[in-house]
Amino acid sequence: MLAAGSLLGVGLYAKRGRKREQVDLYFTDGSMVSVAGDSPEGARLLTLARDALRAAK
Amino acid sequence: MEPAAEALSQLTDISSQVEAAVLFDRSGTVAGATLPDERAARLASTARALLEAAEQVREGEIAQLEASTGEGSLFVIRDGEQLIAAATGPEPTSGLVFYDLKSCLRRATDQPKPKRRTSTKRTRPKSSGSS
Repeated sequence: MLAAGSLLGVGLYAKRGRKREQVDLYFTDGSMVSVAGDSPEGARLLTLARDALRAAK
Repeated sequence: MEPAAEALSQLTDISSQVEAAVLFDRSGTVAGATLPDERAARLASTARALLEAAEQVREGEIAQLEASTGEGSLFVIRDGEQLIAAATGPEPTSGLVFYDLKSCLRRATDQPKPKRRTSTKRTRPKSSGSS
């Protein structure tokens, strides 16, 4: 029981610490759109973002 | 020191989260960067492509964006024709990074105020005295 609880706790902690892959777009009119990384649009944007990050690091 | 170089120098002094940054314009011309030229140009061109692709998501002009990946985050901010792109590690304090980047962009694009012209006394040419 204790071991199962510990495993669940570790799993939840790991999940909590993992930020979602997404792209947040802020428009000049003050609105904001969040594009999830697992959507086709998000995947396309994140591919470009990874290319840019590779150039930067 | 050039305004762009000075602004980037202040940015890297202030922000411990920004790992690399490049200042460029909408045509892709790099004004300054914390990276060697070739990598700066590549970062600017991919950041520009990302912004253009993001503008297809919804109608409207994008002022700024953050792309979060497992390897880190990419920030792009636009102020008119001028842009800044910056890379951070994973899970940055987004609000703080946006603030630092906006300040950097503003500093880099601030034109020095023109000096006030001092009035000079004009002397009227002497008439020939014939009239």
